[in-house]
Amino acid sequence: MLDFRLDEDHEALRKTVREFARDEVAPVIGDLYQREEFPYEIVAKMGRTGLFGLPFPEEHGGMGGTYFALCLALEELARVDSSVAITLEAAVSLGAMPLFRFGTREQRERWLPSLCAGEALGAFGLTEPGGGTDAGALRTTARLEDGQWVLNGTKAFITNSGTSITRFVTVAAVTGTRENGKKEISTILVPSGTPGFSVSPKYSKVGWNCSDTHELSLDDCRVPEENLLGERGRGYAQFLQTLDEGRVAIAALSVGLAQGCVDECLRYAGEREAFGHPIGSYQAIQFKIADMEVRTHTARLAYYAAAAKMLRGEPFKREAAIAKLVSSEAAMDNARDATQVFGGYGFMNEFPVGRFYRDAKILEIGEGTSEVQRMLIARDLGL
Amino acid sequence: MNIVVLVKQVPDTWSERKLTDADHTLDRDSADAVLDEINERAVEEALLIKEAQGGEVTVITMGPDRATDAIRKALSMGADKAVHLSDPALHGSCAVQTAKVLATLVGTVEGAELVIAGNESTDGRAGAVPAMIAEILGWAQLTQVRKLEVDGTTVRAERETDTGIANLEASLPAVVSVNEKINEPRYPSFKGIMAAKKKPVSTLTIADAGIDASEVGLANATTTVLEAAPKPPRTAGQRVEDDGTGGTKVAEFLVGQKLI
Ligand SMILES: Cc1cc2nc3c(=O)[nH]c(=O)nc-3n(C[C@H](O)[C@H](O)[C@H](O)COP(=O)(O)OP(=O)(O)OC[C@H]3O[C@@H](n4cnc5c(N)ncnc54)[C@H](O)[C@@H]3O)c2cc1C
Ligand SMILES: Cc1cc2nc3c(=O)[nH]c(=O)nc-3n(C[C@H](O)[C@H](O)[C@H](O)COP(=O)(O)OP(=O)(O)OC[C@H]3O[C@@H](n4cnc5c(N)ncnc54)[C@H](O)[C@@H]3O)c2cc1C
Repeated sequence: MLDFRLDEDHEALRKTVREFARDEVAPVIGDLYQREEFPYEIVAKMGRTGLFGLPFPEEHGGMGGTYFALCLALEELARVDSSVAITLEAAVSLGAMPLFRFGTREQRERWLPSLCAGEALGAFGLTEPGGGTDAGALRTTARLEDGQWVLNGTKAFITNSGTSITRFVTVAAVTGTRENGKKEISTILVPSGTPGFSVSPKYSKVGWNCSDTHELSLDDCRVPEENLLGERGRGYAQFLQTLDEGRVAIAALSVGLAQGCVDECLRYAGEREAFGHPIGSYQAIQFKIADMEVRTHTARLAYYAAAAKMLRGEPFKREAAIAKLVSSEAAMDNARDATQVFGGYGFMNEFPVGRFYRDAKILEIGEGTSEVQRMLIARDLGL
Repeated sequence: MNIVVLVKQVPDTWSERKLTDADHTLDRDSADAVLDEINERAVEEALLIKEAQGGEVTVITMGPDRATDAIRKALSMGADKAVHLSDPALHGSCAVQTAKVLATLVGTVEGAELVIAGNESTDGRAGAVPAMIAEILGWAQLTQVRKLEVDGTTVRAERETDTGIANLEASLPAVVSVNEKINEPRYPSFKGIMAAKKKPVSTLTIADAGIDASEVGLANATTTVLEAAPKPPRTAGQRVEDDGTGGTKVAEFLVGQKLI
């Protein structure tokens, strides 16, 4: 009746991605991170392994799996590196998923096969320099003129928006005013390279250094009318759905980072000696690692539970928010403790825990801050 | 063209591997078992040939029940079917016995014209089984291959050894063993993983395969392991920083060791 075991297929997927992360990501990611380079080769390999197509049907070039399969892959990748994991997460859940969900047949046929193969990336532009949390306050506009959308505005912090394989950004824009005076928000596909659409140089970030993040500006940028994604005026509803799922994915990614901290500490605490004994023989270190394991385990249960509801088609907003909140905080706490266990080496970029430390903070911010998760939970409780 | 790939499940090189104290055979409980990496390459090569020229890929393994995991992996990479010989009587079989058994199994695969194996397993490391199978079947043998081409009934291969590279050509049927340079094996996709469950696996005992118990097993092996000890751990060694005098320091060290 209650069973959290993975079936054979998902267990095999988990193992495959674990091997992939160990053999293809771990050996090269330290250098890429130092040079802040986008991991093109790893992305290509993930593409050939079908990771970008995990939750999509085979007719679109997908693997016929579920969103949970994607979550498992994200967890195993993030156990080794978060930049690679977020590249996959944003590509699938922010890039391809809205297109699959809301796109027309032509839009799906045009883009999905290459997105599923990891040969092309799509991005999702919601946040603006003036604010991300209050998504309804966005200022970017799109007006319909001679069968074309004319877009104007600026987007901030957009993942996967400026790589050489980025093909489009789905831009959330105000397309008019409703009868009740509120903004009408829609989403529009803006292909990379469209005149008037420019990508700023990448940000210098605290973490996720191999992930591609840019500010985007739209200056009388014109795209065909049929680039509207889904129904006009449904933009807000679309990204709320996109973000609910995305939270489960970010939770899985956070659990991966938290687990990576446990993995690294277990090994190091056995090797590193102080006062003539392995540091793992001291209770202060043991308790730290035990607490790290507790956080990881509970966070994993939280995202499994949210995913289970999502797959059953039940409302899962509260569970997604809980999972995202508890796991991003677990990741942050574990990264801090892991760095402590590693002592001075924990502060060095060449050790994975240093990377984990830098990569953890954003998890409490992206795809809804921790405050937002608490707001969502409270609202769902009727407060 | 139908291809047989010989795959073996071995202890994961990422975990600690040891022999049992009782009979010096592999302690299968002490380590995770995985499909031997060299066999992943053998499977990959067979799939590349199949994708270009058609045909069917059958994997064969002789190993305990849990070798089904190795089979499953080969099937999820894209092989079509599998034959798994599992029988307690096989425990402790030597390389010669293994080769005889595998040759018998190859004979049961309809239309098989090409056998692809690893050049050397990561656990037994005999590096002899493929050659012995070729002898037993009377097929051409192309071992330690780093590049393979099948053109009609002709097989061309680059054979790489410590002493150099030989270009070989033979007619089918043939047994090929590949080295680690042959290709980069694919990771199974989730679609492949899900499809693998539905692919046919015939699990045989030695009786099913028509093999006599007196021909296999530890008691009848042509050789016996009498004693085994782990390699002594490597010592740290001495590090020379090159501040311009590195060459001299290395030379002094070698003189000190009476090596030069
Ligand atoms: C590396 C990175 C990648 C990103 N990728 C993308 C992307 O691909 N697409 C995209 O659209 N966005 C992306 N973002 C943006 C991200 O989603 C936003 O940064 C996030 O939603 C927060 O928005 P903000 O930065 O504008 O903060 P603000 O909304 O300005 O919030 C500032 C602080 O105020 C708090 N706050 C706000 N409102 C309330 C309230 N009512 N009550 C209590 N506290 C409140 C917030 O929790 C936060 O602590 C990315 C960000 C980063 C850093
Ligand atoms: C613990 C231990 C104890 C042993 N005890 C003895 C002993 O007492 N006497 C003795 O003579 N030998 C013994 N051996 C050797 C053992 O019999 C060989 O490992 C076995 O016969 C296969 O040889 P190999 O793996 O070294 O083959 P290799 O020639 O190195 O293998 C090359 C390739 O042949 C194929 N292949 C090999 N074995 C199989 C298989 N079972 N199923 C499918 N394909 C296969 C694979 O493609 C493999 O990559 C022992 C080995 C071990 C690890």
